[in-house]
Amino acid sequence: MRHIIAVLLENEAGALSRVAGLFSARGYNIESLTVAPTDDPTLSRMTLVTNGNEEIVEQIKKQLNKLIDTVKVFDLTEGPHIEREMMMIKVRAAGENREELKRLADIFRAKIIDVTDTSYVVELTGASKKLDAFIDAVPTGLIVEVVRSGPTGIARGDKGLTL
Amino acid sequence: MDMNGVDLSGAEIVVQALIDEGVEYVFGYPGGAVLHMYDALFKQDQVKHILVRHEQAAAHAADGYARATGRCGVCLVTSGPGATNAVTGIATAYMDSIPMVCISGQVPTPVIGSDAFQEVDTVGITRPCVKHNFLVKDVRDLATTLRKAFYIAMTGRPGPVVVDIPKDVTDPNIKIPYHYPREIQMRSYQPIERGHLGQIKRAVELMLQAKRPVLYTGGGVVLGEAAAQLTELARLTGFPLTSTLMGLGAYPMTDPQFIGMLGMHGTYEANMAMHETDVLIAIGARFDDRVTGKIEHFCPHAKIVHVDVDPSSISKNVRVDVPIVGQVASVLTDMLGLWKEQAPASTGRPVADWWAKIEEWRRVDCLHYDRHSDKIKPQFAVETLYQVTKGDLYLTSDVGQHQMFAAQFYPFDKPRRWINSGGLGTMGFGLPAAMGVQLAFPQAQVACISGEASILMCIQEMATCQQYKLPIKVVLLNNGYMGMVRQWQEFFYESRYSNSYVDALPDFVKLAESFGHVGMRVERPADLAAAMQEAFAMKDRFVFLDVVVDPTENVYPMIAAGKGQHEMHLPPSLSDRELA
Ligand SMILES: Cc1cc2nc3c(=O)[nH]c(=O)nc-3n(C[C@H](O)[C@H](O)[C@H](O)COP(=O)(O)OP(=O)(O)OC[C@H]3O[C@@H](n4cnc5c(N)ncnc54)[C@H](O)[C@@H]3O)c2cc1C
Ligand SMILES: Cc1ncc(C[n+]2csc(CCOP(=O)(O)OP(=O)(O)O)c2C)c(N)n1
Ligand SMILES: [Mg+2]
Repeated sequence: MRHIIAVLLENEAGALSRVAGLFSARGYNIESLTVAPTDDPTLSRMTLVTNGNEEIVEQIKKQLNKLIDTVKVFDLTEGPHIEREMMMIKVRAAGENREELKRLADIFRAKIIDVTDTSYVVELTGASKKLDAFIDAVPTGLIVEVVRSGPTGIARGDKGLTL
Repeated sequence: MDMNGVDLSGAEIVVQALIDEGVEYVFGYPGGAVLHMYDALFKQDQVKHILVRHEQAAAHAADGYARATGRCGVCLVTSGPGATNAVTGIATAYMDSIPMVCISGQVPTPVIGSDAFQEVDTVGITRPCVKHNFLVKDVRDLATTLRKAFYIAMTGRPGPVVVDIPKDVTDPNIKIPYHYPREIQMRSYQPIERGHLGQIKRAVELMLQAKRPVLYTGGGVVLGEAAAQLTELARLTGFPLTSTLMGLGAYPMTDPQFIGMLGMHGTYEANMAMHETDVLIAIGARFDDRVTGKIEHFCPHAKIVHVDVDPSSISKNVRVDVPIVGQVASVLTDMLGLWKEQAPASTGRPVADWWAKIEEWRRVDCLHYDRHSDKIKPQFAVETLYQVTKGDLYLTSDVGQHQMFAAQFYPFDKPRRWINSGGLGTMGFGLPAAMGVQLAFPQAQVACISGEASILMCIQEMATCQQYKLPIKVVLLNNGYMGMVRQWQEFFYESRYSNSYVDALPDFVKLAESFGHVGMRVERPADLAAAMQEAFAMKDRFVFLDVVVDPTENVYPMIAAGKGQHEMHLPPSLSDRELA
């Protein structure tokens, strides 16, 4: 199963490489990993998406917890949560494709944030599946470039993953 | 003297921190990046520096010191090749959860990343084989970082910590007020002490109902200083007890309740008991593949209780029913309390039928070997060593058949007496580890059992032993082969002995003598005891005992890789007997 795991880390040099190293050393799958400082500048928050059976995911969480720089580990997939990923996609938009792509962007509630005579840059935020669906919907051959942030997530409800 | 508040340079801070940690010995080797620290070491006499002859040995010696004493081992190496040489020793300590702080010099901060002379990314190279590591870029962080390093190394599941210190951070001309924190609080690292009482209760309930219980104990009992609690638990419950290679001695091996080591070269009775047990109580052991054999066949009938301080050890290889995360000593104390409350007043030896079965397995005599051979059998050599030293010995080991024979034939009755590399299996560990042990206990009998292949991997340390007059006894079981490799080739490669013959061996007697030591060679069984007596009688000399043993002997029992615990090869001398 796919798991979205949130990790609060000490904002120390090398903390990220410890996590990346853990995944490669132990042969765990890692689909994506995003990290940035939080409102508390001494803490970073990382979101990683991984795949594996329950035992493996359990081990991944334990191993993440074991890292000395890890403050907290939380598996968002265990409860109701919101997942968001941001994508910027550059598409060929000339002639009749211009209208078609504009319509598509509207349907997905995406924004066109850069325009030239022959191209658009479309910005789209949503669950990763929605981003996949948008990519699938763009007519073949029109995609120039895709940039995705990797998913981040937050639990629903009033409780926060803080210290 | 309290140095708090006194202005010190980075180099002086390092040395003062070692003093404040109560460090007796630093095992090290100098070089450019650590010269300021060596100068600071020179100017004091509280911390003694032991000059090894290779940085790998510095790490192993610190490790041996830690294993024998339970205190933190410390080594000091220079940047670049000094640090890379130490890596094998650091990884060895990591795999066996040994507390160690390794201080490495680094190129000055302004040139980090420029491929400067003797620069390597020590933090990057060691990251996968340390509990944690630090690069200290500011002298103001030095004292706190060192305190953290010792705290992390010693608490929770112990392990090595590397502190990489760029040369400019130790600059003798930059001084700051010294403050060494007594206590350290880390929000991201809070080791667990006590186990969950509800879980311990569940474990005790299982244990009370058990018909075929086994206590399976490991290195965690030694590391967690819980030999006394374990012994009491075994005595109270009357359960049979088996131990991993790393836990030997935590429970007296001469006691009848001890049914031998388990695993690949464990006893028939221990492995059969594991196969048939209905309640397995794993204590400070990590279900290593040398122990479990093929996982699908592991303890097929058992409910499993697992006590371990590291949550990631639990259900890593084998799913357990009652996990208990906590320090062994604390968990066993709670367990003993509950057991005493709930166990029925003792009516003779509990689980009597089970013991009858175990005694039957025991009668197979799986460690049988030919006692009438005209060659020295390695097993005989270890038994003789036991008799000559009267069981009162710190025994370090290298890696191979000799290591297994020592584990099988030298019954240790106390923890921290059997010192070997189990997880990484590092040839070359034995001699430098013995140096750490002998320095920790100058009056004790310390021996290193080795093979002619292993000993050559750190042979240069005979010089260190001479310099510091360490009266270690090397007992070399010289079979002329990388015996453990030869055994596998005999069994699994139709006796094609590819590169396992140790050709062009030195004359070990002359070699020892050239370092100023005593060398002896024994070839006949009848001469062995006297030779060992003579060697151990030389209380102030390092003696190298080259014992020529039967080159064809194999280690039995043996579970081939990928086989179940009950599928053991027994000694061929037993093959005419029927097995259960
Ligand atoms: C040639 C060779 C052959 C070998 N053959 C065998 C064999 O036949 N049988 C065998 O058993 N081994 C054998 N080994 C050793 C094997 O590779 C492993 O090193 C060993 O089995 C691991 O022992 P352990 O489970 O006790 O774990 P250790 O490595 O000692 O780990 C200790 C465990 O206890 C936990 N722990 C540590 N401190 C505490 C504490 N204070 N409180 C609670 N828990 C704690 C740790 O988290 C860890 O899980 C062999 C090695 C070699 C080199
Ligand atoms: C550094 C290192 N290299 C290789 C090995 C693989 N290995 C394990 S046992 C062994 C042979 C050891 O031979 P020896 O020291 O003579 O001991 P014996 O088995 O003959 O008792 C080898 C090569 C190892 N464990 N460590
Ligand atoms: Mg040999």
